Amino acid sequence: MSNTKFILGVYEDEDILLSAITKIRTAGVKIHEVYSPFPVHGIDDVLGYKRSKLSIVAFLFGLLGTSLALTMQIGMMGVDWPMIIGGKDFIPYPSFVPVIFELTVLLAAYGMCFTFFIVSDLKPWARPRIFDLRITDDKHVMAIDLDHNKIDVAKIDKILKDNGASEVNQKTFDET
Amino acid sequence: MSSESVIREPLITGGKTVHDVTEDISRRVEEKPTKLWMLAMTISLGLLAVGAYTVFLLLWHGVGMWGLNKTVGWAWDITNFVWWVGIGHAGTLISAILLLFRQRWRMSINRAAEAMTIFAVICALQFPILHTGRPWLAIYWMFPLPNTFGSLWVNFNSPLLWDVFAISTYFLVSLIFWYIGLIPDFATIRDRAKNKISKSIYGALSFGWDGAAKTWSRYETVALVLAGLATPLVLSVHTIVSMDFATSVIPGWHTTIFPPYFVAGAIFSGFAMVLTLMIVTRKVYKLEDYITIQHLEMMNIVIIITGSIVGVAYLTELFIAWYSGVEAEQYAFLNRATGPYWWAYAAMMTCNVVSPQLFWFKKIRTNIAATFVLSIVVNIGMWFERFVIIVTSLHRDFLPSSWAMFYPTFVDVGVYVFTFGLFFTCFFLFAKFFPVINMAEVKSIIKTTGEKAK
Repeated sequence: MSNTKFILGVYEDEDILLSAITKIRTAGVKIHEVYSPFPVHGIDDVLGYKRSKLSIVAFLFGLLGTSLALTMQIGMMGVDWPMIIGGKDFIPYPSFVPVIFELTVLLAAYGMCFTFFIVSDLKPWARPRIFDLRITDDKHVMAIDLDHNKIDVAKIDKILKDNGASEVNQKTFDET
Repeated sequence: MSSESVIREPLITGGKTVHDVTEDISRRVEEKPTKLWMLAMTISLGLLAVGAYTVFLLLWHGVGMWGLNKTVGWAWDITNFVWWVGIGHAGTLISAILLLFRQRWRMSINRAAEAMTIFAVICALQFPILHTGRPWLAIYWMFPLPNTFGSLWVNFNSPLLWDVFAISTYFLVSLIFWYIGLIPDFATIRDRAKNKISKSIYGALSFGWDGAAKTWSRYETVALVLAGLATPLVLSVHTIVSMDFATSVIPGWHTTIFPPYFVAGAIFSGFAMVLTLMIVTRKVYKLEDYITIQHLEMMNIVIIITGSIVGVAYLTELFIAWYSGVEAEQYAFLNRATGPYWWAYAAMMTCNVVSPQLFWFKKIRTNIAATFVLSIVVNIGMWFERFVIIVTSLHRDFLPSSWAMFYPTFVDVGVYVFTFGLFFTCFFLFAKFFPVINMAEVKSIIKTTGEKAK
């Protein structure tokens, strides 16, 4: 990617934005991404995004936590250094419940969150493309990648304006 | 799209727009520290310094600096520990359980409440760490690390060890839950930053957040799953703390009612602390439009409910002690109420059971001054609750020859002061450098529950 040119439709209201996305997509324009200051309900449906699989990731990490906790406790108390404590079994399963629960939750939470950071490219040294400084304030911005659209600029401009965009801007990112 | 509701009061008043939210909250991060903040910070740092001196004395001379004796081997240390952990229950409860119940009033208070939770848990952790006497070795006693000190591994039968896992998991999960919520707001501050230093600091803190719909969609999944994970976690933490007592054989401690009773008490004291802090924060930062009387009223209702559960638990304990026919148990409770520590029991009963009932009156629960005073009363009461449970159950030992009283030393007081210094230093730093209200979440409800929404 050397020069990437985007045409940006700025929206003030989330409901206008949602209906605009549907109309613009049916008009055959490919939307690169929509940027919002807050989560807009229903936006993934109109953009055609599938439900995130992060909950499955959390479940799998949770399973890992459960098995790690069991292995650790059985290994330490029952195999490596068995000791009689209060006349209990060497492997007292009821006593293992709290630690199993805590490690399950811990690994599920951290596993999911770090997966989220990785797949969304969130990291302290990230250099994000800032399409518009007002995205994190009060404006929704729809970015359309000109390299991926055969329709000419003036036409996209008109489609955006007809569907309620308050401004239409252009921005070029020089990424070499 | 939007549904119409006529009955509900708006959650955000003052006709705020989405841009106003950004302005009102970010301004506090961007402005120069005020004189009031400097004063507050100086006082907290003063408390921290005085407390740190007593912590030094404790570590230098040993745990004998505390007023503990052969009979009362646990007193202020674990009282303060349980008290702080209890306070640390409100934040994650608000952000997790109220998220699952779709309670939108949580949005204005969850950020500060979670911050408070994290700082309270940090304060709580000081006590188990310091009570080991030699914290630099305690890592081997607390965590399953291979060592050469005798028994090779930690004892997984011990509720104290469960506590280590419960509190550390709770702390870590609350921390990441809080941080993920902060990321979009840090991005707002990054995009508004005028100078290079704050731009790069908030840029790093915001993890390169760009507000893409795909990321928001994942963010919402993460928040929901975290809430689902954190809900049983909140309930488990104080359950496990209560097992420190409930699995023992001390009369007054080994009762099966402890887990639910402790959890209710924790939520009770946590909400009281949130109220104390939020009433001051909303006044100083002029956030009356975001944290309205309605928000305070909701929290007061939680206080009545949990306070009443605690009251019922106290009475149940007395009843079961009588009904069980176990003399030692009966004596323990009679001694609590009428023995040498009757004043602590009376303070606990008045502050926790009687005074919160005043919130049944709408006039009182919507009065800010009354709420503020009662929220402090609740936390005094909850401190006494732990003191009563711990000290009065221990001070009458099995042999009358070893009966004793507990007298705190200045080091006991000093270490408690140290945690107050630590708590308020952290809280004031948070209030100055972090957005105190979750801007992104509040913005998402402006249209449906703001005043302009019809």
